[in-house]
Amino acid sequence: MAIKPDNLLDPSAGMLTGEHTYETVTHQIGSIVLNQKSHPRQWFMMALIGFALLNVLIVAVLWLLFKGVGIWGINIPVGWGFAIINFVWWIGIGHAGTLISAILLLMRQQWRTSINRFAEAMTIFAVMCAGIFPLLHLGRPWVFYWLMPLGPNILGLWPQFKSPLVWDVFAVSTYFTVSALFWYVGLIPDFASLRDRAKGKIPRIINGMLALGWRGSTRHWQRYETAYLILAGLSTPLVISVHSIVSFDFAVSLIPGWHTTIFPPYFVAGAIYAGFAMVLTLMIPIRSWYNLKDMITMKHLDWMAKFMLTTGLIVFYGYLTETFFSWYDADKYEGFMMHNRMFGPYAPLYWTLLLCNGLIPQFLWSPKVRRSIPALFAIAMVVNVGMWLERFIIVVTSLHRDFVPSSWGMYVPTMWDWGTYIGTIGFFLFMMFMFIRFVPMISIFEMRELVHRKNSNENSESTGDVR
Amino acid sequence: MNNLNNNQNSTADAIRQKLSGKTGRKYWRSLEELADTEEFRSFLEDEFPQQARPLALPIDRRQFLTLMGSALALAGLSGCRYLPQQKIVPYVKAPEDLIPGQPLTYATAMTLGGYSTGLLATSNMGRPIKIEGNDLHPASLGGTDVLAQCSILHLYDPDRAQTVTYQGEVSGWEVFLDALRIELTSHKSTGGAGICLLTESVSSPTLHSQIMAFLRTYPKAVWRQYEPVNRDNEQAGAILSFDMDVHPVYNFDHAERVVSLDGDFLGTMPGHVRYSRDFMDGRRVRKDHAVMNRLYAVECSATITGAVADHRLKTLPSRMEIITRALASYVGVPGISGTVTPAEAAWLKALAVDLLENKGHSVVVPGDQQPAVVHAISNAINLAIGAQGNTVSYIKPVHSIMERLGTAGQSMGQLESLSSLANDMDSGKVKTLIILGANPVYTAPADLDFALRLAKMTQAGKFTACLSAYSDETAALCRWNIPRAHYLEGWSDGRAYDGTLTLSQPLIQPLFESRTDHEMLAAMVGLPQAGYDIVHDAWLKYLTPKSGNTLQPSTIDPAADPEKRWQKALHDGLLEHSAFPPKTVSLKSGWESILPPPLYLPPDALEIVFRPDASAWDGRFANNAWLMELPRPLTKIVWDNAALISPATAARFTLAEGDMVEISSGSRKLTVPASLLPGHPDNSITLHLGYGRTRGGKVATGVGSNAYILRDSVSPYQAVGVTLHKTGEKYQLVSVRAHSSREGRDIVRTGTLADYLRNPKLVDERTAEEDKPTVSLYPPNKYEGFGAYAWGMSIDTNLCIGCNACVAACQAENNIPVVGKDQVSRGREMHWLRVDRYYQGEINNPDTVFSPVPCMHCENAPCEPVCPVAATVHSHEGLNQQVYNRCVGTRYCSNNCPYKVRHFNFYKYSAGQPNNAPGNYDIPILKLLANPDVTIRGRGVMEKCTYCVQRINHARQTAKTEDREIRDGEVVTACQQACPPKAINFGNINDPHSQVAEWKKEEADYSILGELNTRPRTTYLPRLRNPNPDIKDG
Repeated sequence: MAIKPDNLLDPSAGMLTGEHTYETVTHQIGSIVLNQKSHPRQWFMMALIGFALLNVLIVAVLWLLFKGVGIWGINIPVGWGFAIINFVWWIGIGHAGTLISAILLLMRQQWRTSINRFAEAMTIFAVMCAGIFPLLHLGRPWVFYWLMPLGPNILGLWPQFKSPLVWDVFAVSTYFTVSALFWYVGLIPDFASLRDRAKGKIPRIINGMLALGWRGSTRHWQRYETAYLILAGLSTPLVISVHSIVSFDFAVSLIPGWHTTIFPPYFVAGAIYAGFAMVLTLMIPIRSWYNLKDMITMKHLDWMAKFMLTTGLIVFYGYLTETFFSWYDADKYEGFMMHNRMFGPYAPLYWTLLLCNGLIPQFLWSPKVRRSIPALFAIAMVVNVGMWLERFIIVVTSLHRDFVPSSWGMYVPTMWDWGTYIGTIGFFLFMMFMFIRFVPMISIFEMRELVHRKNSNENSESTGDVR
Repeated sequence: MNNLNNNQNSTADAIRQKLSGKTGRKYWRSLEELADTEEFRSFLEDEFPQQARPLALPIDRRQFLTLMGSALALAGLSGCRYLPQQKIVPYVKAPEDLIPGQPLTYATAMTLGGYSTGLLATSNMGRPIKIEGNDLHPASLGGTDVLAQCSILHLYDPDRAQTVTYQGEVSGWEVFLDALRIELTSHKSTGGAGICLLTESVSSPTLHSQIMAFLRTYPKAVWRQYEPVNRDNEQAGAILSFDMDVHPVYNFDHAERVVSLDGDFLGTMPGHVRYSRDFMDGRRVRKDHAVMNRLYAVECSATITGAVADHRLKTLPSRMEIITRALASYVGVPGISGTVTPAEAAWLKALAVDLLENKGHSVVVPGDQQPAVVHAISNAINLAIGAQGNTVSYIKPVHSIMERLGTAGQSMGQLESLSSLANDMDSGKVKTLIILGANPVYTAPADLDFALRLAKMTQAGKFTACLSAYSDETAALCRWNIPRAHYLEGWSDGRAYDGTLTLSQPLIQPLFESRTDHEMLAAMVGLPQAGYDIVHDAWLKYLTPKSGNTLQPSTIDPAADPEKRWQKALHDGLLEHSAFPPKTVSLKSGWESILPPPLYLPPDALEIVFRPDASAWDGRFANNAWLMELPRPLTKIVWDNAALISPATAARFTLAEGDMVEISSGSRKLTVPASLLPGHPDNSITLHLGYGRTRGGKVATGVGSNAYILRDSVSPYQAVGVTLHKTGEKYQLVSVRAHSSREGRDIVRTGTLADYLRNPKLVDERTAEEDKPTVSLYPPNKYEGFGAYAWGMSIDTNLCIGCNACVAACQAENNIPVVGKDQVSRGREMHWLRVDRYYQGEINNPDTVFSPVPCMHCENAPCEPVCPVAATVHSHEGLNQQVYNRCVGTRYCSNNCPYKVRHFNFYKYSAGQPNNAPGNYDIPILKLLANPDVTIRGRGVMEKCTYCVQRINHARQTAKTEDREIRDGEVVTACQQACPPKAINFGNINDPHSQVAEWKKEEADYSILGELNTRPRTTYLPRLRNPNPDIKDG
């Protein structure tokens, strides 16, 4: 990788600040895992919150399984409620991780290095949260496997391949498998580092097992790089496909507000938008709690903010197109649907959505805002809320007043809807903080590479020597 | 083994040694075993160690515990499948005609308010499961109303009174008989003075003759009849105008112009099932027969009759008489006049002209709840427009007449009858009170304070007994309670609205210790007899020709064997030609002069209208969960009644839907939620009777508000001088699918007859074009060849009266669970068929449009491709099928259904979850009610209309055994069967000559949302009106 010595054009410039050597990088990241006493009290606070909410999830799920989906606010006409909203929201959040780790890797964006591990973990836990919902929202969740293509040998019947819900099964399970694999493969060299540095016997054994006998030989590295690239290549189409297929759940139907060709790109952009917002939401406090400001620099935050701005604009364009077409196609149902979104009973949510996803992120045009930690955190939170509202608007406002006015209804979530939703947030938080504690949250070997690159750049600047 | 062989010789001696010491039989497997050598032992251990060790080693503590533990666990496992012990008793002598699994149908009848409606009850293995109309019966012609449909649930109601009780303690029928005998004998010496018998309206000739026999035995005993919804006014009106106690029977099939003066002849008037058939037949518009009758409705409430009307004039109850007077003067009734507003005058004049132009083909129908004067004037109008003998005939009253004491020939109204009873109770004249069926404590006018009087009597130790289906308000205050049998449990008879003698036969032994009215009376005359003998004997008596038999029908064939005639009547459910012959009536001279002058009240004074409820009737059906959950036809409210007011009145009192209001009439007050009903007359409040029960079952108790509290005996159907004020509290009134605007969508096509004649499609070219199927990527489904059916349905919305009979029939046929008010409020009602109600026009007097919506069974069903597990599939006959067993419950199908006809089991509704709703199929007694041909759905599955696939399959089996195709009309869906005006048609659309295909050939035939290219199998015919061009209001 020939890097131009020009600092202004160097994409890695500002990616690692402070005086860092291989040793300090390894120590700083590795000690979070190896030195279990090093954790700030915020860790305990957050893990405790996560654990408490996780218990809410457990109660909500058990009650659901005991009573039935009637405990939720869904009804006829609104057959899908929080479960599907949350499913789409969580899947969307996962997307940033895959984008950062796969697409940015292929595009050789080195700034991804210090955030990819974290974002990938986020992907995995978000997909786990997402995956809970389609299972639970079934009327008879205990026969969920009927959606899988187990074929005539086991079930005597194939699923209905015309149904987007079957495509979902493929899309989400593939996505989870590849993401998990990618994450784990990325972790192997770091597990090896931890194994080598671990003082205790148990960490040594566990990390040793997880490192799969990694010794860091050239051959290892050579094969590793190939495998990692292949996995990145596999993941890349998934970034596009998963949310496209999720959007088909809606687009394939004939309900006004769902039956829209713009949905796949609009959903994918929305997913990345939501994902970056979530990365920022978690990264901003954690880099401060763990003193990782050298590695996750303002530059990173700035880049992510720019990404958010870009995808946010695409999403906003989606809203405009939707509005335009509801007028342009002169279909009375489409027209009514948009009118109902804007002025119907859920209108406040629609306008809040536009405010959250359309207007407030425009502040990111200003570099000052992008570099202000509180402002960035606030905007990320706003986008998180906005993206959730977007799914609410799509699912609920399209269904609640469709074709035949006599069957119109309203959807009001119940405490169990909220319990399940908040419960998955708890699960997510809990898993994230477990991850922070037991797995290096920044890729050690890639950071060392960055140190190397930085040093060589500096060297070349001062001495002109390439290495 | 080699090892063993080598050792054989060395052990031979040992064997001999061993054997020498044994006697008897001992088996040995080998010589080595016999010798029990060390080698054998080691061999055994090596080869079969698991066998050897337990033998060889002593069991230690641990092993013992392990063994015992596992034995215990395994014993537990086998216990998992413990099945309850069941006794199988095969028929020793099989009942005749009983083929297991094959339902049987019997003719029977339900009597309500003294009017019998002939029914067919379907019994499956001895369990009655479904009520249908009797084609032969004049009051049914195959149709039924919701009350008859849902009466089957009442049979299995677990809340019914089950045992004879004395002062609340379980007693017995025999004990009661003894007590009754002692009590009655004590009055024998005085000729029965002080004995009072209170019944509901009696039309049963058998019961009548029994009562007469009783009154002969106890000549001084008193018989009183009372029902809160009675025909006193009609009776009084007839006496006023004709000086004769006659009742009108309408012949709507001859009527081209009909005026309803608050006469709800499609919804509540006796004979309404027949009337709706006859009347709506005059609106069956087809391309080759595009004529329609015309209905004018003057209403002081809002009813389905008004909803069907071509012209509707709403007015205050107090002004009804004035309007009737004005109409009478316009049609030329001498001596009658009334002052109406110019607008009303114009309306009424145009109406009068129309009536006179159609002299002999027009009729005026006054409502039962209108005062006698309105009836009297209406009678005069009917004579003036030549209705008598053409569109209305007068017959002697169907129910028994009580003569006023001391005035022979003068009949007494029911209200008067109850008042006199109340007075007698007060004065202590009544010493013994026997109540058959009636619930006067709840239904008596409030000023009679019947509860207090009855309680006093009972407390004073007097003999009070009531025969009651429930332990209701009256039963609570009576000493003796005897459970009353359901009409499917006991023999009875009655008369239809036209006097036709109707037989009611039981289909099942009484489920509880219940008795019929007949058995009770038989006991009262001291000759306890089985119900069958009573009715059979009575019928044989009047089927035997003899002179002076007053009960004997006019056209009896003297040669016929009475027993054979009985058999035929039993089979048919009625006695042919037994309707009362029409009487010729004429106005009594000077009738107009004895009418009291009309009362002109200020138009902004508030008034109340009391009406029987479409579901609860007078309260007797209040414990019927099916009826409670059935949306009321106009308001679509479920599980409640409300003070119905017009939007303008709501604005006057700044009321919104669900605001609690306190209505005061005199000193009586009622707090009730208000509900806004478009088209309701201003400054008037409609209260439906039958709610706010305090006793009488788990369902009934606490539902709605008791309108009887405000009702007095002076004016039982309306109250003037009422005040209303808002309490400030809110109440949740739940209505089903109540969005009343079509939002400009082409969902129900409406127009006038003139529009139809111009363009039968009633919509512009472009909209009509959208209806046509467009291309699809998938090849079209084919339904060809022998026995290839394509089932389809056609619904003529022009004939729909919105009565909900189809919905009730569907619920009964398809085991549809009740979900309760809370679940309905969450949009989770389960009715497979709904009747959409839309308004059009201005809010104060809108046109009402009904449109029944079952599953459309789309050819391109949007629900089918989205189901991930293929649980909803297209059958080879074009049915859109839901496979419950395969359904995992994603609800995607419902989301994607543009008609939203799919319903989801959010809870295990069939087991009464989540709110313990009655009408669920987990209560043992209610299991008997379930239709065995329809799956009971569990939790988490989708369900919807199947086009009654079980009925299709029954027809198919019959056809296959007879080696033929299914005939047109052989498959009748439950909704189609129940529909009183026969607005639903079902059949094979592959057969171009089938009736349904004929309907679909009409140019006016349209699909709902045809532009979506779903190509529904259920199509519609438009709703038409036939307005008078001389009336501008519309």
